[in-house]
Order: sequence, then C-alpha cells, then structure tokens
Amino acid sequence: MSAPTDAVDLSARGGTASGRLDLFTQLRRDPWALAGLIVVAVFVLAAIFAPLITAINGQNPYDYNLHALDSSGAPKGWGGGISWRHWFGVEPLTGRDLFSIVVYGGRLSLSVGVLATLVAVAIGVLVGLTAGYFGGWYDRVASRVVDVLLGFPALIFIIALTAVVSANFPRPVLIVLVMGFFSWPSVARVVRGQVLSLKQRTFVVASEAMGAGDGHVLWRQLLPNVGATIIVYATILVPSMIGFEAALSFLGVGVPPPTPSWGRAIGTSVQWFSTDPGYLVFPGGALFLITLGLNAFGDGLRDALDPRTSRRRGILHRIAPRSARTHGRQRKVTA
Amino acid sequence: MSPADVTPVLSVRDLSVSFGGSGEADRVVDSVGFDLAPGRVLALVGESGSGKSVTAMSVLGLLPETARVSGSVRLDGRELVGAASAELRAVRGGRIGTVFQEPMSAFDPVYPIGRQIAEAIRVHRRGLRGAALRARVRELLTSVGLPDAARIAASHPHELSGGQLQRAMIAMALSCDPVAIIADEPTTALDVTVQAGILDLLRTLRDTRGTAILLITHDMGVVADLADDVIVMRQGVIVESGAVAAVFDSPASEYTRELLAAVPSLGALGDATEVATPRSGADASPVVVLDGASVAFRRRGTAVRAVDGASFAIGRGEVVGLVGESGSGKSTIGRALVGLVPVASGHASVAGVELGAAGRRERRRVRSRIGYVFQDPASSLNPRNTIGTSIAEPLLLHTAQSAAERTARVRELLAQVRLPADFARRYPHELSGGQRQRVAIARALALEPELLIADEPTSALDVSVQASVLELLEELQRRHGFACLFISHDLAVVRRLADRVVVLHRGRVVEQGPAAAVLAAPAEAYTRRLLAAAPVADPEAQAARRELWRELEAVR
Repeated sequence: MSAPTDAVDLSARGGTASGRLDLFTQLRRDPWALAGLIVVAVFVLAAIFAPLITAINGQNPYDYNLHALDSSGAPKGWGGGISWRHWFGVEPLTGRDLFSIVVYGGRLSLSVGVLATLVAVAIGVLVGLTAGYFGGWYDRVASRVVDVLLGFPALIFIIALTAVVSANFPRPVLIVLVMGFFSWPSVARVVRGQVLSLKQRTFVVASEAMGAGDGHVLWRQLLPNVGATIIVYATILVPSMIGFEAALSFLGVGVPPPTPSWGRAIGTSVQWFSTDPGYLVFPGGALFLITLGLNAFGDGLRDALDPRTSRRRGILHRIAPRSARTHGRQRKVTA
Repeated sequence: MSPADVTPVLSVRDLSVSFGGSGEADRVVDSVGFDLAPGRVLALVGESGSGKSVTAMSVLGLLPETARVSGSVRLDGRELVGAASAELRAVRGGRIGTVFQEPMSAFDPVYPIGRQIAEAIRVHRRGLRGAALRARVRELLTSVGLPDAARIAASHPHELSGGQLQRAMIAMALSCDPVAIIADEPTTALDVTVQAGILDLLRTLRDTRGTAILLITHDMGVVADLADDVIVMRQGVIVESGAVAAVFDSPASEYTRELLAAVPSLGALGDATEVATPRSGADASPVVVLDGASVAFRRRGTAVRAVDGASFAIGRGEVVGLVGESGSGKSTIGRALVGLVPVASGHASVAGVELGAAGRRERRRVRSRIGYVFQDPASSLNPRNTIGTSIAEPLLLHTAQSAAERTARVRELLAQVRLPADFARRYPHELSGGQRQRVAIARALALEPELLIADEPTSALDVSVQASVLELLEELQRRHGFACLFISHDLAVVRRLADRVVVLHRGRVVEQGPAAAVLAAPAEAYTRRLLAAAPVADPEAQAARRELWRELEAVR
C-alpha cells in the first residue's frame, strides 16, 4: 500500500525555482512604484546638485533682481515673470529667482523631512515593539504617554519653544528634533498594534519554546514582520514631515530667511495669489510631487518586501478566491 | 432502494466551475453530476482543493463573481444556473437550508439566537409575526434537540457551546421546511462527543422529515456514520460514486482505496487481544514527571484551573498520547512543560530540572532539550524567514556553530524529513501544509531533543498527508529514540503512535495506561463515551459503535 505523500517528486517541482526576486526587479514591474522612485530620485539629485543646476543660467536663490519687477513689486511678464533667465519666474518684492528657490528649498525640505522621520521611527519602533511585546505596567505607561503626546497641542508648543531656545542653536536641528519628538507616538501605536497580534502567532510562541530570549524574539521574529509596515509608514511620514516643516515656515517659526524653503515660499505666495499665481504653483507643485512620489514608492516597496506578494503579480491571484489558489497548489503537489 | 427509484429533489448535470483565467487548467470543478433524493444523505468527500465546497456553493449560486459556472442544477425541475437573483434568494433558506462549518462565526454576535432564527423565517414568510413567530422559533429549537428552547432563543451566541450553536444553526436551516439541506463540514469544528449528537440529529431529520441532505466532509468516519450514498472527488473530478456500503466495501478507484487506507483505524471496542509491548528503556529515569501539577489562568479576576492536579510520567524513548476534547487542558500541559505557562502548584520536571524552581539559565537549558511541533504549520513558521533560517533557529540559539555548519545541519535535517535541500531557500507560503509540518518537525529535531512535544501535529492536514506525516514521526522516533508527548483529540491517531495513553477531562487525568489496553477496554465512563463517539471509516462497524454510543448516552 502506498499512501499518497506530500514529500514526493523533487524533480516535478523544479519549475517553481525558489528565492525572492531581486528587489529592484520587483519594483520595476510596478509602474507606480517606478514612477514614484524616479520622481524622488530627481528631487534628491536636484537637491544635491543644486549649485550646479542653478549655475546653468547663472542664478542663485539669494540675489535680488529688481529689474524683473514692476513698480508695485509684482513680477513683470507672464506667469510670474517666466523668462529664459528665470524659468519659474521670480519672487515678488525681491525678484529672487524662483527656480533656484525651489531647487535649494528641496535641500532643506528633504533633509529635514528624512531626518525627522528617522527620529520619529527610531523612537516609535523602540517604544512600540517593547510595549507590545512586554505588556504589563510598562505597556500601560508607554500607551498613556503616547495618548498624551497625540493629544498635545504640538504646534503651540513648538511656536513657544522657538521663542525660548537660544538663537545660536541651529534652527534646522531644533526643527528635526521637535518634529521627530511629536511624531513618534503614531509610529509607536501602529507598531504596538501589529506586535500585539503577531505575539499571538504560533511562530513567536515557537521561538520562545525553543528557548529564545526577549532580544532574539524582538529582533529576529517580530521586527522583520513589522518592517514592511514601518517602511511604508516612514515613506508616508516623510512627506507629512515636509508639510510640517512647510507649515512651520509658513507660520514664520521655521527656518529664518533668506534660507530658501518651500514652506515659506508657499506662505508668502498666498498673499500674492490673485496677482501672481505662478508664485504658489511651483513650490506647491514641488511639495505635491514629492509627496505623491514617496507615497507611490512606499506602496510598491511594501509589496516588493513581502515574500508572499512578491512572487504573484498576475491579475488572477489578486481576484481569484483562496479556494481556487489552494486548488492550483494542491494539484502541483500531488502531481 | 437505490436513489434512481425516486424523483430527485436536486439534480446536477455536467457542472463545471472555473475561476479567473480561461482554459481547462483553471477548472476547479469539472463536469460533476449527481442526484439528491428525498430522505437520503449524499456525501461529497474529498481533500482540500477537491472542489467539494465549490460544488455545493454553486448549487446556491453563492460563488464570487469571478467564478464561471456552466452545466445544469435543477431543483424540483427548475433550473438554478443563471436564474434571477430573486429566485435564488427564494431558494436559499427557503427550499434549501444551509449549515456551515463554524457555528461560532455563522451567527451574528450582537443579536440573540431566537431573533436571528425569526429573521430567517420572516425573510421567506412575511405574514408570520408576534407570538406565532416566537412559538415557531421555540418549536424549531425543540425539534433539534434543544429542550430549553426559551432560554436558548434569548441567549447570545457567546453564551452557548459549539454543539448548541450548531443545533441552532440546523434549526435555522429547517425554518422554512426545506426540501434539502446542504451541510458543509457541519461537525469539523466540534468535539467527537458533540459530533456524534449532531450526526444523530441529521439522521433523525432525514428519517422523520424526509429531508434530502448534501453532506460535504473530509472525514471518512462521518461518511460511514451518516451517508447513504457517497461521491469521492479529487481535483474537481468525481473519482467514484455509489452506495456507501459498496464503496467502502470494495472501492473501485485507486484513490478511494488510498484515502480509506490512510484513515487511522481504532479497531473494535472490547477487543484487548493486542498487548502493549513497552519499548526498551521505558522504565529508566523518566524524562518528564508531573506530580499533582496544576495550571491556572486568571480570567476577569477569577482563577480558572486549566489543568488540575495532573500526574503522569514519560519515560525515555516512550511515546505518550495525551487525549481529550477541546478545553480539557491538553495543550496547556504541553506549554507548561516548556515553561510558556507557569505551574501553579504541584511538581513538574523535565530532564531532571524542576520547572517551578528553575532559574532563567536552567529553563533555557530545558528548552534546548525539548522540540515542539505545533498544530497549525501555517503560523508556526515566520513568514518573513526562509525555511533554512527557521530550521536553523534552535542551532543559532543554543549552539556556537558557524553559518556553514548550520547550513550543513539544515540540509541533513531536511533530508531526514524527506524534503529536498533547495527548500532551505524557500519561504513558508511556497510550501503545502504537509511540507510545512515536515519543516516544523525538522526544526524541532535540530538539537536532537530528549523530548518532542507534538501538539495536534496533523489535525490541520488532509488525511493522506496526515498518514505520511505520522509515518515520518514514527520513523524518526524509532531512529532517534526521543520521548514524545503526542497531544491529540483523535483517538485513532493516538492509538497508532502511542505506547501509553493519558486521558484528560476538564483538566483532570481520568485514565491512563498502555494504549492498546485503554483504547480497547477503557475502565472509565468518560473514555468509553469518547471512544464510542469517534466514528470509524466502516459503515457496519460504525453502526455497531453508534448503538453503543446511544446506550452510553442513555445511562448518563
């Protein structure tokens, strides 16, 4: 008698070669993720090579070009003074080159956004992982702190803080720390929720039953499983941080002039919108594009990082019910 | 009387279902045809992916929109394939009642049972209301063996047991006097003693009301117990069909023979001719000693004793089967032995270490001597880790081996569980359930443990896969000689593997002794009931067991 077995036929399964596909190959198959990646890459490169790019037509974001303005201070010409010298036009009242402001402004926005996100994610993951895993009084304390910080009027606190902190303290560093400090609670809450449900999964119990210490379970079992969530959350957090910085600059408590900043440009452009809409369009468009690009990229990255979704890209797998899929697999196995 | 003599209520012809893509390869159900006669039970049996549930759901038109159905399904001569949705709604719950697998999730948790049944009645009979409706609900509940109908009707789902809920579900299916009932794995989620009652109820319905029953199941024992006719399905195709007695007696197809052979057998009751031969060394110093051990959980302030004064020992190289129904505390004992839950009182020692007094370091050492195989292989492997990483985890935790040594050991372990070496690079989702369980076994054996705890290792698997996994466990145990605590609700599986059996009931050990003796001639009433309730895959033997079960239930 031969009972049908599941350990049979090594040769028949050769077709479904194993291993995860290269991450980039994965991303390349997802047009949205690829577009997002390209947009982000363009912005990052532009920020890095800002002096070279603005040197092409001999501009920088600091020099006044009063000859480009009319008597009321508004830019002369169409679209806020767009010309072969000033590709995006000029800033009202000062005549500073808007293209240079947008390109240089990306330096501040991106670096502040990324650094503040790193701070928020680092604290949030640490607190969320440990609170979810250990539970008990530590979890209760951590969760209350999270609740308090989430309900805290952060903006008012930051405005007050900038008035108190010495002017010698570098403002971008202060902004990064403050934004990071007020953004980790949401990361912690998401991570804690994931850990709470992962903790019930048998593989975590199995690891403990094998004699794994807390560090091993946290680092090897739980972190890889929340990793995808963290990455996606971070890519969404970066644009919100950029927006946060823009809001601070808009309110006048961000980076002081003349350092170019999208937020401050958007802030001042609001007053000029009826006479010079072009002034709002370019910095606003930059903010919109980088936000969209990061979100699309983050979404694709999550799919690519998940070994379960990374290999099935066909439409069939997305819509066919589970029973149909299991059926297909069963067929292969018992063949 | 063969089913051809009477007019069938439901007749299915040339039914094919496919999902998504086009072409033959995507067919989940392929040219299936059968007749369902009044007063008879037709069983659709098959393993997962055989298309049995899809077939049943297509009768009700309950498949997702991506499904393409062709062929003919006639209910009392009316075509259901392609029928208008209003007509299908009238059929569902009206002409055909349905009973699902999970009674716990089939009811809405926020409404009382009675109200949900009343709602089902009113969908099809607008006129009935008020006192008449309530009387009808009570009458239905009484008819499914729930004598305390008023209390049940007023209860919410969480206040009732699985068996009571499944009876209520059947009452709901009966609410509009259907001509047919589709029961999709109606007892799979239930304990055997509860299962026997539900099967008895379905049998009564068939006999008294003449209801036709389409029973979908994977359990050959359930088929032998209840069905009149059987259809064996495999990969969407009917492999064999006929009267139950004929098919079980002389199966025509190879697949049916394999399926029947794969079902572990319990043997006849009262037959104690087989005498246990204790394995060598069983009398040496035991690996596990439990002496009056209790485990308590705190639930909403009150302590619940999951295990209450359990005492037994596992000798070196001995396989002890721990049997009991859900909630008997059998899994808790396994978890207590690795220190996942603390022992509240009494003594528990593993490999000479007293668990209650052990420090961190000692407990870690104990854990390195124990391998643990869990019930659900889908969740016991980290989905983000490759198979190789998962198997190497104990090596990483407890040895100082280099990466190359670990890789070599993983290869060796994979070979031992008869999986190819290249599986080490795969991820759990790329494997079938049986393959994953083999990986879990390989991981448990990585450190050559003294004790292997296997917690329902095969209950999530198909019967043919179960047979091969059990065979593997048996072979590995013989080769490595580890002691094994085999936790299971399935007496036949335990009988096959265990030298000794410990029977748990509500946290207490009610009986223990050599497997052959306990399972053939149990001394305790509970063990006898448990044994009599477990169905065997042989219609004649099962009929005898059923009588015995009824007698035991009558004297309770």
